Amino acid sequence: MKHLLSIADLGTDGIEEVLHLTDSFVEVSARPIPKVPALRGKTVVSLFYEDSTRTRLSFETAAKRLSADTMTFTVGSSSVNKGESLRDTVETLRAMGADAFVVRHGSAGVPWQVAAWSAGASVVNGGDGWHEHPTQALLDCYTVRRARAERGLDPALAGLRVAIVGDVKHSRVARSNVLAFAALGAEVTLVAPPTLLPPDLTGWPVEVSHDLDTTLAKCDVVYLLRMQLERQHEALVPSLREYTARYGLTSGRARLLADDALVLHPGPMNRGVEIAGDVATHPNAVITQQVANGVAVRMAVLFLLLGAGGDLGG
Amino acid sequence: MAERERRTAPPYGGVFVARKRVMDADALRRAITRIAHEILERNNGLEGVILVGLQTGGVPLARRLAQAFVEIEGAEVPVGSLDVALHRDDIGLRPVMPEAVTHIPVPLDGAIVVLVDDVLFTGRTIRAALDALTDYGRPRAVQLAVMVDRGHRELPIRPDYVGRNLPTRRDEMVDVHDEGVDLGEMVKGVRP
Repeated sequence: MKHLLSIADLGTDGIEEVLHLTDSFVEVSARPIPKVPALRGKTVVSLFYEDSTRTRLSFETAAKRLSADTMTFTVGSSSVNKGESLRDTVETLRAMGADAFVVRHGSAGVPWQVAAWSAGASVVNGGDGWHEHPTQALLDCYTVRRARAERGLDPALAGLRVAIVGDVKHSRVARSNVLAFAALGAEVTLVAPPTLLPPDLTGWPVEVSHDLDTTLAKCDVVYLLRMQLERQHEALVPSLREYTARYGLTSGRARLLADDALVLHPGPMNRGVEIAGDVATHPNAVITQQVANGVAVRMAVLFLLLGAGGDLGG
Repeated sequence: MAERERRTAPPYGGVFVARKRVMDADALRRAITRIAHEILERNNGLEGVILVGLQTGGVPLARRLAQAFVEIEGAEVPVGSLDVALHRDDIGLRPVMPEAVTHIPVPLDGAIVVLVDDVLFTGRTIRAALDALTDYGRPRAVQLAVMVDRGHRELPIRPDYVGRNLPTRRDEMVDVHDEGVDLGEMVKGVRP
């Protein structure tokens, strides 16, 4: 495979391959000099039409640790403001020698469109609309495996009970994570008020619950989604306080969790809304590990696409 | 890259068929004992010595050398392993993939690193290994121990300790395993 556009394309074998390879890049990141020459001479462009802290910097760090050159495109300071189209932008950057594009866009499907115009360059989906965010799902699966191994638990995701809590409807992270967790054999439960679930869940390999307390007591992994505060005007929940009271991981509710249950959050966190401040710093909250592992996972993805010369997944 | 990986990777892909056993288990054991003595003699003991096996073929040999040191001197030396895939010069020319996670158990600053590999061929793996080592520190010295030197060097690299010098044709393959060393060929058209 030339591009990483969705978890669905990757399949179980592809996910396993990325996670396996990530171990090597975690070791590289732990070296006194965390840099290898594997992608010398390659150029990775981050093409971000939406704001991002961790995804963009994580990809750029990953590319630099592989000795690739990086170019950053941020829409706010670009010729898009003069009316340049997406296609012309892609072709311009390709003409400058881009070997890979990491694309984030507010509209679903844009990475596929970029792949059609990229003239041989690889495309990685860095988040498209509400659709997919495959590298986030990969780093989350990796984080769960590694965190469980470090705690002396069986690292396999098969049979693990994962609760994904919050605004599933508007979340590309939720969509990619459902696919990835399910592909690795986990049992996924979505926990959200009906207004924050997609109108139709046909074909989703999930259970649905509206009761966080019952679900929490019997899950191995709690995945909290960011409450998208910019959507407050849509009145999807009566108030943030009510949302927190029913669906937030408050200090009181965190006590319902099993001793070895892990808490994940893709960031940026709204402390005090979906997650209490002291829960975020609990030893079983692996949120900073997610960020650290994210760099290694993205190194694995970039290496597979640009360096390995082998096939990635299906 | 040990020959083990080379032979499964294109353009070499195929199945290894042994034609001749060039070292049996006893010869292998004696060679390991002799190399252990040579390392001891050359370094006046084991002060600061660390064995680093190259993934994957060099790793079991490094462990056997460490065991030999225990038997000869009663001394334990640190044993590490190094996967050089990310430092290779043929990335992009053929499929390259890390086989195993590198493990360097002690800081290398001031250490005497003995790189251990099964077969020395073009020298390109060793070049990559030397580059990789510099990311972990500045060893006082780096030495190279190989079980088989089969010639055909493409870089100015030579081993310090050799189990057996074995003249080969380029298209032959050497397989070092626990029971000895075999010389043979890859048979194409069959998946391993």
